[in-house]
Amino acid sequence: MSAAGLALAACGVQGQKAAPPKADAVEDFWSKQTKHGKVVFANWPEYMPEDKGPLEKFKQDTGISYEYKEVIQENAEFFGKADPVLRAGQSLGYDIVVMTNGVQLQHMIDLGYIVPLDHSKLPNFQANAGQKYKERAYDPGNKYTVPYTSGVTGIAYNTNYVKEDITSIQSLFDPKYKGRVGMMADAQEIGNFGMFALGIDPEKSAEADWQKAGEKLKAQRDAGIVRKYYDQSYIDAVSKGDVWLCMAWSGDVFQRQLAGEPVKFVVPEEGGTIWTDNMLIPKGAANPVDALMLMDYLYQPTVAAELDEFIQYVTPIPAVQDLLREKAKTATGEKKKSLEEMVESPLMFPSEADYAKLRNYVKLTTQQEQVYNPIFQSITQA
Amino acid sequence: MRRLTPYLLALPSWMWLAIFLVVPMVAMASVSLQTGNAIDGFAMTFSFSNYGDALSRYSPQLLRSLLYGGLATVAMLIIGYPVAYWIAFRGGHRKSVYLFLLLLPFFVSFVLRTISWNFLLSDNGILFGTLKGWGLLPADFHVLATTFAVVGGLTYNFLPFMILPIYVALERVDPRVVEAAQDLYATRTAAFRRVVLPLSLPGVFAGVLMTFVPATADPINAQILGGTANTMIGNIIQTEYLTNLDYPTASALSFTLMAVLLVGIFIYARALGTENVLEAAAR
Amino acid sequence: MRGIRVGDRLLHIYTWLVIVWLSSPIAVMILFGFNDKQSKSNTSWQGFTLRWYAELFDISDLTVALRNSLVIALISTVITVVIGTMLGLALGRHRFRGKGVTNFLVFAAISTPELVMGASLLSLFVSGSVPRDANTIIVSHVLFSLSFVVVTVRARVVTLDPSLEEAARDLGATAWGTFRQVTLPSIMPGVLAGAMLSFALSIDDYVVTSFVNGSTVTFPLWIVGAVKTGIPPQVNVMGTLIFGVGVLIAIANAVAARRRN
Repeated sequence: MSAAGLALAACGVQGQKAAPPKADAVEDFWSKQTKHGKVVFANWPEYMPEDKGPLEKFKQDTGISYEYKEVIQENAEFFGKADPVLRAGQSLGYDIVVMTNGVQLQHMIDLGYIVPLDHSKLPNFQANAGQKYKERAYDPGNKYTVPYTSGVTGIAYNTNYVKEDITSIQSLFDPKYKGRVGMMADAQEIGNFGMFALGIDPEKSAEADWQKAGEKLKAQRDAGIVRKYYDQSYIDAVSKGDVWLCMAWSGDVFQRQLAGEPVKFVVPEEGGTIWTDNMLIPKGAANPVDALMLMDYLYQPTVAAELDEFIQYVTPIPAVQDLLREKAKTATGEKKKSLEEMVESPLMFPSEADYAKLRNYVKLTTQQEQVYNPIFQSITQA
Repeated sequence: MRRLTPYLLALPSWMWLAIFLVVPMVAMASVSLQTGNAIDGFAMTFSFSNYGDALSRYSPQLLRSLLYGGLATVAMLIIGYPVAYWIAFRGGHRKSVYLFLLLLPFFVSFVLRTISWNFLLSDNGILFGTLKGWGLLPADFHVLATTFAVVGGLTYNFLPFMILPIYVALERVDPRVVEAAQDLYATRTAAFRRVVLPLSLPGVFAGVLMTFVPATADPINAQILGGTANTMIGNIIQTEYLTNLDYPTASALSFTLMAVLLVGIFIYARALGTENVLEAAAR
Repeated sequence: MRGIRVGDRLLHIYTWLVIVWLSSPIAVMILFGFNDKQSKSNTSWQGFTLRWYAELFDISDLTVALRNSLVIALISTVITVVIGTMLGLALGRHRFRGKGVTNFLVFAAISTPELVMGASLLSLFVSGSVPRDANTIIVSHVLFSLSFVVVTVRARVVTLDPSLEEAARDLGATAWGTFRQVTLPSIMPGVLAGAMLSFALSIDDYVVTSFVNGSTVTFPLWIVGAVKTGIPPQVNVMGTLIFGVGVLIAIANAVAARRRN
């Protein structure tokens, strides 16, 4: 193969945009698949109890053996790694992959890298998933994905330094917190908050709204209010008091509260966003039927309860709260205490009022992305 | 046979570099001239304007990277040279032990080192919190999220790559030569300048090459330790590649960076008094 | 002479200060391996425990990741040192066609941003249908470590006096004998330094590995992934053990060297 030929193969000159799958094509695909008795599950570290309880039960109940691999570290890097493989029509070697909603997942969908799901084989999902988890702008009708676990993007603040109750997103723009505000570097996350601050619903936003949000955020930056645009490391900064208030993900804050650190989480009155880690079947998966069975199995409330007790994020299955409450009643000592904290925490089980404030991310086409990203990246990466 | 020796010595590395570096670089060069997007596909259009566009958008970050890389390299040279000197001449039979101890922290994952640094340097943490408690520092003093932190982080992370080659070159110098020079010249400074320093220059050159180049391209320190105006070119390449899937821009920026670094090393070699950079690298 | 002694002593203290500075984050890491933390986050001190040492190998994927990292670092270091030393010798000692290009490639390998190197290696492997596993990780680690070994060895080689080797040959030594008994011992400090750099680069690499690993997970990869939900203290303990074993090796080395003298 010539070097030039390799270059073409390497970065795919040919268009990859997938035509939306026709309903009968999906049916046709699934009708040809059979159960193979094994499934390979690729997930993030610390997303499954060490004894692999839910997977062991699945094996006992269905006879399907599993391989569980903690191979996903970052959505961007995972996509960067998956893209050339899937582009070349090769298999990733996984039957289920977990990815957060966002640009990379959108690219997976747009590029036709995901096998559409056969909902006739997902009865537990239909019966047990919360309504919010069936209506997600980035994947209408759960055509490609079902949620694994969720969280909320809101504001965390350090109660040692912030002596008022934070309720509004305007606090992030308040000059009295100059140099003590942390924002997220991710274009989607920070863009959403810029729009909330202006009273715009990001899910329904358009280019003019992004420009306005960009200006608002740029002014915030130029006034020296922002200390830093953070990745995951924000949580250390806010719990130590390097920043006093910060855009934050609920699950992180809950863990810090359990550790006794002085951080509080709030969904601002203007709105917050909900993010979800989703299970999907990548194109070329060897055992799609088994994968679908496992996905559905994880939607049994008892199984989901076991998972959520370990992960401590927001579960897409509302019935888990009652199950954990029951469990807390019979538990003793430390265990009882931590279970009670979980059940009562709005960070694991957001209230109806919280849910009402939550918005979805804006869904972007490739052309829109090329407008959207530079607006916010020019602020976070100046 | 003797004429063949260098070719045989170079052969395995040549194969490695040809297959795993040259071929991908040719591919990257091709990508850097394409246009399109990841979803609809890229097409070769020999779009040399990709370079101009990328440069006009990101020249502040590129210049900043060169500045930070340069500052960190100077800091490493100042901090590292005395260490290399002392180990080479006075390390005795424990020379390799000292070198090993200098490198040992880097056998542990950078994530753990980073978390620890953030813990130590926290605004009100174990270090600054205490000093502020004693009234030695103003209350809003901070190091994290500053330019100083980024340059300091680069200095910290690449320091062993400066010390080791300087040591390797100095270790060869016979201490008796140094003593003789000290007898010969009036001052120790003169002896150092006329004898030791020239002998250590190949090591200094190697050290600068191994620190300035990767430090300038590094994205991690700016990401973790920087504030709102410390973005380096490595971060931009990362974002263009992984988030925006703009492979042509990312490739064009990478080539630009490599070219600029090559020119920088060339100027540096000239300053050292060598005509040809590639010859300089070989000396 | 007194001035020299004082200067030496100051430099001695200074060297130790630099070592302490470089190791200071390690102290925090060791400390939090003993933290009796109550939630998933291991960031604030909550009391002393040895629990994580007892449960060191309870996270099986983490244990496998550490083992992978050690094996990959060892193998890639051996390969890099052998071929890198050869090239370092060729560049430092000989004149040959293609020397300029070789120097350029050595430079290019250092200056390629890691991300670009990782991504382009992956494209190469995919287009050649090479399955990604520990082997592709080793190949990639050799690639980015190679230049560091070459540059370090070359810096040593150019300071050597070629007349020693010529003398050995004149005395009838074979080429291999000359290399083993004259050349190798005199470039050994460079080779050792290169080996240490290469090992450190390999065991700490995240970006390139994350592209070419397939489903093989290394220690840094696992940790980066775990940041999202909280790094378990076992990671600190493993880091502590790596560091501890290193210190023991250093001490043993120092003691052995003293005996020899």
